[in-house]
Formats: sequence, C-alpha cells, structure tokens
Amino acid sequence: MPDQPLLELRGITKRFPGVLALSGVDFTLRVGEIHALLGENGAGKSTLIKVLTGVHPAEEGTITLAGRRVAPASPKEAERAGISTVYQEVNLIPALSVAENIALGRQPGRLGFIHWRAMRRHAREALARLEIDCDVDAELGSLSVALQQMVAIARALDLRARLLVLDEPTASLDEKEVAELFKVMRRLRGEGLGIVFVTHFLDQVYAVSDRMTVLRNGQLVGEYVPAELPRLGLVSKMLGREVKDEVGRTQPSDTMGAKVETPLRDAAVPRPAGTVLLEAKGLHRRGAVQPLDLQLRPGEVAGLAGLLGSGRTETARLLFGIDRADGGSLILKGQSVRIGSPRDAVRLGLAFCSEDRKTEGILPNLSVRENLIFALQAKQGAWRTLARAEQERLCDHYISALRIKTADAETPIRNLSGGNQQKVLLARWLATRPELIILDEPTRGIDVGAKAEIEQLIAKLRADGLSVLLISSEIEEIVRNCARVLVLRERRPAGEIAGAEVTTERLMQKMAGHA
Amino acid sequence: MKRHSSLLWLAVGLILLVAYNLVGNPAFLKISVQDGHLYGVPIDILTQGSRTMLLALGMTLVIATGGVDLSVGSVVAIAGAVCALLLNSGTSLVVTLAAAVGVGALAGGVNGTLVARLGIQPIVATLILMVAGRGIAQLICGGQVIIIDRKSFEFLANGFVAGLPVAPLVVGGLYGLTHLFLRRTAVGLFVEAVGDNETASRFAGLAAARVKILAYVFCGVCAGLTGVLTAANIRAADANRAGENAELDAIFAVVVGGTALTGGRFSILGTFLGALLIQTLAATMYFRGVPPAVAPVPKALLILAVSLLQSEKLRTWIASHWRRKEGAV
Repeated sequence: MPDQPLLELRGITKRFPGVLALSGVDFTLRVGEIHALLGENGAGKSTLIKVLTGVHPAEEGTITLAGRRVAPASPKEAERAGISTVYQEVNLIPALSVAENIALGRQPGRLGFIHWRAMRRHAREALARLEIDCDVDAELGSLSVALQQMVAIARALDLRARLLVLDEPTASLDEKEVAELFKVMRRLRGEGLGIVFVTHFLDQVYAVSDRMTVLRNGQLVGEYVPAELPRLGLVSKMLGREVKDEVGRTQPSDTMGAKVETPLRDAAVPRPAGTVLLEAKGLHRRGAVQPLDLQLRPGEVAGLAGLLGSGRTETARLLFGIDRADGGSLILKGQSVRIGSPRDAVRLGLAFCSEDRKTEGILPNLSVRENLIFALQAKQGAWRTLARAEQERLCDHYISALRIKTADAETPIRNLSGGNQQKVLLARWLATRPELIILDEPTRGIDVGAKAEIEQLIAKLRADGLSVLLISSEIEEIVRNCARVLVLRERRPAGEIAGAEVTTERLMQKMAGHA
Repeated sequence: MKRHSSLLWLAVGLILLVAYNLVGNPAFLKISVQDGHLYGVPIDILTQGSRTMLLALGMTLVIATGGVDLSVGSVVAIAGAVCALLLNSGTSLVVTLAAAVGVGALAGGVNGTLVARLGIQPIVATLILMVAGRGIAQLICGGQVIIIDRKSFEFLANGFVAGLPVAPLVVGGLYGLTHLFLRRTAVGLFVEAVGDNETASRFAGLAAARVKILAYVFCGVCAGLTGVLTAANIRAADANRAGENAELDAIFAVVVGGTALTGGRFSILGTFLGALLIQTLAATMYFRGVPPAVAPVPKALLILAVSLLQSEKLRTWIASHWRRKEGAV
C-alpha cells in the first residue's frame, strides 16, 4: 500500500514562446509521501507545478491521479480533482475572515443567506484537524504568514485534497514556524495525503522528505531517496556540475567569468584605518529600531544579522531614507548628511536592493532594459536622457557580466525567473556606480546556482572597493561573506563581531542573547 | 506585442465603422475643396473631434500613472468662462490663451497635489473639482451664457490655414510634440514606471510624486486648451454645457487606445485612434438620423464591442473553439 502511486506524470512537455520549459518529464508521487521537487531557477519546477494544477496545460504527456487520467484545464478543475496548491504568497483574500476564506465559494447557506454559525464551526473543525489554534473571525491579513499558510492548507483539505502542492512554503517562516509546518506535513502524510514540497532550503528537504525529484533545464535528472544521496551529490545533480564541498561552500569556478579561488570573505586584507564611508550614530525610529551605531567602510562587506523581526530591514530603510529616523545622525565621508528620501540616498551614491523583489523592486511590465537603466536614469533626471545606444550598451554589459538569462533586453522582466530578476535589479544599482550597496536578502527565493553567483558578485564588489551591507537570515551566508557583523536582537543592537570571531556559533549566541 | 494587437483591433473597429457608413453614404470619405478649404465628412470629424482628442491626450498621462481625472469637463467650462470674461473686457488674445492654460495648470496642480502629496484616491480627489468646477464657472459667468464676439478667437476652432482646419492642426501638432517629448526624454519611462509599480520606482530614486503631479498639470493644461476650443466653437461660454460628460469620452478614448486603467504602459497613438472612433460614431449617428436622446445606446454598444474585441480572454476562447471545430472535421 505505501508504495502505491497516487500521481503519475509521464512525458510532460511544455513549450513557451522560444523556450522548451519541460521536455518529457516524469514524476511519481506515492500515497502518504512527502516528495521534494528540486532544481535551479529555470529548471522547470514551477512549470511542472503549473501543469499539474491546470494553470498551463501541457502539450504532451499524461497525468494519472489514483489510476484515473486527468487533464486539469484550470486551477479550479485541479482542485475538484483533488489537487490543491499552497503558494509562497498565500492566494487567499486577506480582507476576509479566516472562516470566510476556508469556506470561500462554498459558504454554507440557509434560505439563501450565509449560515455564519455553520461556517465558523466548519472552519474551527478544519483548523482543529491541523491542531491549529486561531480565531476564525480574525481577518486573514492580520495573521502571520505562517498562520495564513495553515489556513490555506486547512482550506485545501476541506476541498478533499488528495494531493497537496506546497510551493516554497517556508521562504518567509522562522524556525519555529517551519517546525510547526513540518509537524502538519507529517500528520497529513500519515493520513495518506501526497505532498509535493518545493523549496530551496536543502536542510528542510533532508528533514522532512521521503523522496526527491531533481529537474534541470526542463528535464528530469532523477528520483532519489534522501538517505542514499548526500547533500553534495544532490547539489551536483541540481547544478549539473561537480562541486567540491558542501552546498554552503559551493564555488562554481566559472561564476564570474574568471577563476576565483580565494574565499569569499577576506578578513585578512589590511584596511587603511579610519576610512569610514558611512557612519550612523544613534540612528533610531520608534517601533522600528532602537539607537544603533554603524560604520561602513569601502572595500568591506559588513553584515546585519538577526532573527526575523529583529529590525534588520528597518535599519536599512532608515539608512536609505525610505523611513524617516526619529533621531541620530549620518556622516558620509566625514560630512554630516540628511537622507530624507531614496532619491537623496541615490544621489549620495547609495543603493538598496529590497528583500521584496516583487512589490519594491521590479517594474513588472517594463522591459529588462527599462528596469536595468531605471535607477541611473532617475538619478540623472529626465533631462539628461540616456541615449538608446548607451542603454543597450549597459544592458549587453550586465546581461553578460551577471549571466542574466533572458530572451533579449526587451522582454518584460516579469517573464524572467526570480534569480534573473534579482540579477537585473543588482545591475540596476551597479549601473549607478554606487559607493555603498545595501543588499537585503539578495539570495532569498532563488536557486543554489544563482545564489553562488550573487555571492561571488558581492566578493567582486568588495574587491572593487565598494562598501557592501549584507542582510541575510541565513547565518551561513553572513559567515561566508562578511568581515564584520552587527547583530540585532529584538530591534536593538546586540553587539558587533569582527574578523575570525565571525562564526556561526558566535552569531547564534548573539542572536539568541547569550554573552 | 499585446499593445500592438490592441491597436490593431481598434483600427479594425474603426474600419468596420467607416465601411458601415460607406454602404449607406458612398460620399462618407469624400474630401473636396470649397472656397479654397478642405471640405467633407472626414474634415468635420477631425474638427469636431479635436476637443475630445485634446482632453484624451492629457488623460492618457494621468491614467498611465494609475490615476484618473474626472474634473476635465469642469475645467473646460472654467477655462471657457475665463476666456469670455477676459475677451469681453478687451484683453488681447495671447493673454487670454495664457490665462486659459494657466487656469488649467492650476486645476491640474490642485488635483495632482491632492493625489500625490496627500494620498487621496484619484477618483475622489478629482471628483471635488468636477463638482466644484461647474460652480466656479457659473460664478465667473454670472449664471448666464456669455456670447464672445471676437473673430480671431473663433478662428481657433473653426478657421482654416492654407485650406486646412486650424483645430485639428493644433491638436495634431500637440500630439506629435507630446509623443516626441515623452519618448525622446525619460519622462515617458518615468510615467510608465510610476504607473507600473510606484513603490519600486520611488525606491529606485525617482521623485514619483513629482511625476504624478506633472501628469495632472499636463492634463489640466489640455483641459484648459479644450475649454478655449469649446468656447471658440460656439462663440460663447456656457458654464453648464461646456465639456459636459467630456471626461467620460476622454477616458474611453484612452482605455480603448490600449492604456490600462491600472496604469503603466500608455499609447499616444492608441488614444488618438480611440478619440477618432468616438467622433466617427457621433458622425455616423448624425447621418443615420439617430435622435440625440437615443445616441448613448449605440455608443454604449460600440464601447462594448471594442472592449470585447480587445479582451484577450475572449480572443483565446474563440481561438480555442475554432481549433476544436477544425479538429472535429
């Protein structure tokens, strides 16, 4: 019984204009199994999910669910067949209550009116099944992302899902919430549900999945059992190249076009004392962050670490003039400066890559070219218009230097994968020739390969004399890249660590509040 | 690609409408020369349509930033009233024109400030002036329709230069200049960026609020000039009727022209074709003897037809049915 297939995809092929997104891919999910779907950006994971959930019907291939052929032509049809999806950004309605969201489209009625009591009871039962305690009258949008996901899962189960697709569910959860989610996943597995788990976090893959399927460039690489394929092997399958070390230390030698053998972090490089590019003194804002001091030097990667909600992004927003500081001063190259808006910041040579690519980064319907030159053009103002030839030169340069995968520079940026969008945004800032670049979670939600490339780029920027401030929830990423780290805890500075002291253990201690 | 297909369908709609007219009236497209002036239905359409075209030009930018300006009709009335007041007290034409443009710019500045600096919803912010504007125009006119007796003023709307009608020439020129200005400088990109994702454009260092205000000011200036054309056309300032419902025609022209109400990409050429379509329909109804009271119905039907033609969903649906049928054969 346990090995009985629940879902079989055979020979799935899907073309988009100019791209073969999936080429004859097979995928098998068994009853009561958590199956990780892995691959780099552009490997075809999202496309496969979209074929499965009826967003993009496949051109070739068959889908068999519990022995019956299905061909969902819309997400609704897929749901009816028992295939439910929970996306990274929860696709429910934030302004409605939890109960309404769970019942959405199937509200229990009485005499043509909604039977509110039945609806609430029903929602409570659905959540109880997951052992989730939450007020069913609360507005969904007021809940944490983690709880919203639980509501989405409860809804899926309520729709009699036999198969649950979790697309990057853990991207914005903290550790405790991830553990909670895994508990729920294991419980559902016990009930015979099949779960497709899409994630970039390899730790989580090994923690929870029974099988893993790896895709690369739209093709099936293979299906594996975690116990038989160690991380190193998995990463090399995903990347399609030999990797020397653990995922953390992955250094594809061809990343930036030149062989880079040096470690990313180079604490040993002597720095001329006293050259501080930007100094913050007592910078604070109510409800965002308590007074903190920060020094950023040219040719140095500084880190801003802390748990989720510790005030990292808030600090970056103060530095970049997005939020007004209540007090404190900023000194740029020895001169006291006032940064009242991002525009001021950009003109002073600062750059800020937001953690929220979609709502704060990309101009989705504009082309790669327009996105790429945008900050430079905004910095120059409308009257000093960049000539088209100059724009194209910039695009050509950065598309090849950062290995941006796009059909051409005129493609709308929304058509690019997350990692490539991120690279365009990095290029947008590099084109302004900044002296300080603040990177807030630059590798969130992108694949291992692009991740390594971006880290390699950070090292190169440091070597070029830029000052980099790196914000990351991945401790290893901070340790790999930063020579100096300011740790935040509960919206106040918890201490600075530098040089050889920058280790995972020390950082964790600081974050957790020991010593 | 989507933009082009939207323009294409608009052109198809226009051609169908013209073809329909040609069936009943073979002289519909005929242009002749009388008294050294071009003469014919197409010339009338361009002359009478120039006002909607001008309003729609300004509206295009506002809609591209993700906003809308409901007050343009009232600004037309105010500008007309200002013209009447100044001209009848003997002010020179140039000063009068400058005053009309200034009034429009001021109105746009108020709208833009309410929207961009105070964060009021564009519909609400511009509704204020839409309602108040008529009252202001009434105050200026003293509650009466004021006759304007100035040949040089009337010339702006109904005159000819070298045989060509003045109003379409002026409006056409403004279209060309605006297009060049927006696409040759980065202003067009800034407008589209603000409409596409305002937060992202601001975070990239753009003074997004300033771009928005500028769009409303430009829209106001276009409305002011339209007020001049309207008053010159009827040789009077009519605070009640001038620019009545004109904002709706302008919005329609912009939207069928391929600029989404959600903002972002805009098409100046599309707006032009959209306004042309509205005016051609008005001419069609005139020739077919449709009573003015009934006229809104065919107009609504046309709006529906064009919207359906442009609907990507409907086109996909039809295409898939077509294929299914072919497959069955």
